[in-house]
Amino acid sequence: MLDASALRRDFPALDAQVHGRRLAYLDNASTTLKPRAVIDAVVRVFTHEAGNVHRGVHALSEAATVAFDRARADIAAFVNASPDEIVLVRGTTEAINLVAHSWGRTNIGPGDTVIATALEHHSNLVPWQALCAERGAQLATAPVDDTGRIDLEALAALLRAPSPNSSHAPSSSPHPSPAFSSAGPGRVKLVAVSHLSNVLGTLAPIAEICRLAHAAGALVLVDGAQAVAHLPVDVAALGCDFYAFSGHKLYAPTGAGVLWGRRALLEAMPPWQTGGEMVASVTAAAARYREPPYRFEAGTPDIVGVIGLGAALAYLRSLDRAAIWAHEARLHARLRAELAATPGVRVLGAPEAAVVAFAVEGAHPHDVATIVDREGVAIRAGHHCAEPLHHRLGVAASARASLALYNDDADLDALAAGLAHVRRVLR
Amino acid sequence: MSDLDELYQAVIVEHDRAPRHHGPLAGATHDATADNPLCGDVVTLHLRIEDGAIRDVSFEGRGCSLSRAAASILSTMLAGRDLAYARALAAAFEAFIHAPPDTPAAPAPDTTALGELTAFAGVRRFRSRRACATLAFRALAAATAPATASAR
Repeated sequence: MLDASALRRDFPALDAQVHGRRLAYLDNASTTLKPRAVIDAVVRVFTHEAGNVHRGVHALSEAATVAFDRARADIAAFVNASPDEIVLVRGTTEAINLVAHSWGRTNIGPGDTVIATALEHHSNLVPWQALCAERGAQLATAPVDDTGRIDLEALAALLRAPSPNSSHAPSSSPHPSPAFSSAGPGRVKLVAVSHLSNVLGTLAPIAEICRLAHAAGALVLVDGAQAVAHLPVDVAALGCDFYAFSGHKLYAPTGAGVLWGRRALLEAMPPWQTGGEMVASVTAAAARYREPPYRFEAGTPDIVGVIGLGAALAYLRSLDRAAIWAHEARLHARLRAELAATPGVRVLGAPEAAVVAFAVEGAHPHDVATIVDREGVAIRAGHHCAEPLHHRLGVAASARASLALYNDDADLDALAAGLAHVRRVLR
Repeated sequence: MSDLDELYQAVIVEHDRAPRHHGPLAGATHDATADNPLCGDVVTLHLRIEDGAIRDVSFEGRGCSLSRAAASILSTMLAGRDLAYARALAAAFEAFIHAPPDTPAAPAPDTTALGELTAFAGVRRFRSRRACATLAFRALAAATAPATASAR
């Protein structure tokens, strides 16, 4: 069994006292704490590798470039991809915006449809709303049932139904992949889905969704922001076309994130931001762009964030990840069962991993979070950037506890005590 | 008194449990909605204003105990008052909530006019909750703003 107390010592932030109490950090779906190995890497970069990447011939620049490129290779290996398919961005939100701006503006036209599921985070919904509004396309919602499971039959029906205002104009852009080539105008072009719901903790059947979407000629973009820290992610096995995630929910610094895309798709996509670093040659009149992934990385990247992400992955490799997943699964089962058994507490949906959202009768989630915070327990309250899902569930907001590898039974004990305190404070 | 007891004073919990003037308002002439994008809380304030005076008031919406209690207490303070009073009250409460927690709010005339609203002094220690307390007052400021007063 995993020695959680040994792991906790790797995370200096856990030494902090909060309001005089031991910190029970249960807001990992927002961001995770950082291990000493990542903090040391950040300090090392600023101390010894402080040059810019990919442009200097001097020692500091070369050291930074070596570390940066190694991080890209480590990230690729982490999701079973090739480094030339790994675009380094600011985070999941930027990764999805990149696809919307570059692939979307090239491939989505009037009458086309983008499908997002009903449980998407705003970052995997609003970019598609904006794209569809700009391109005269439609946005459709794949419904979920009360437990948070995506209705695959409804999704299949949406994929089959051509949009009502489809035209028969020839597609204006060359098609980059076989999966996409069967899609004509006026069809569903993309399905946007999160791998692990940031509210309900439900897992989407990505492989099945990819099979359905590809059969209809649509691509699949997976928001992996929550999933990457809690389950093995193999983009080749999943069968998706784009996979986006952030470093900071994976024990790495904020500011660095990843877009994985199929090589053929990336090659056919135009840049979305232009400037230095992404060009092969420039005249006063025009520029020739570099190959992916560099074409999508204009300007100086978040060097320390990317190297920090590489350090986080090295830290994870040093651990027994199967034991960590088993540890998280045990804690998640306890968390879910105890919340469900607590009088006046209702668990939302049927959580499967890492996250449990809940409602407390007679207490608004904000009040719940404020009261348990004074006991050192950090949870999230609100709609967790998934407002449409909360409308679907018929609640304005929820409280959410979410796990990471360093959580332990004492954290769950503290949450239970905090929830008991809620009743006393609100009388 | 602990921070939490100071935050959730009896008068606040009581107004949250049994809010006054809660619901639609027949004959409303002005209304405005304020929301908190952080949590999705929303308060709509309805006012019936005649001859420059507030004759009746109600509020609707969803929110935490602080935002509901603040709206409820506010609703008890407006009947018979003029728009200048409403604007001054909204400004005074904003200033009160955002005053540094460790120094008493300046004893300006409008602070004494806060009445039961002084129960929200504890909110000043909870930075993230200040927006909850002031939600209804932002709606009040919008509904009574001279340029944009949203008459029906």
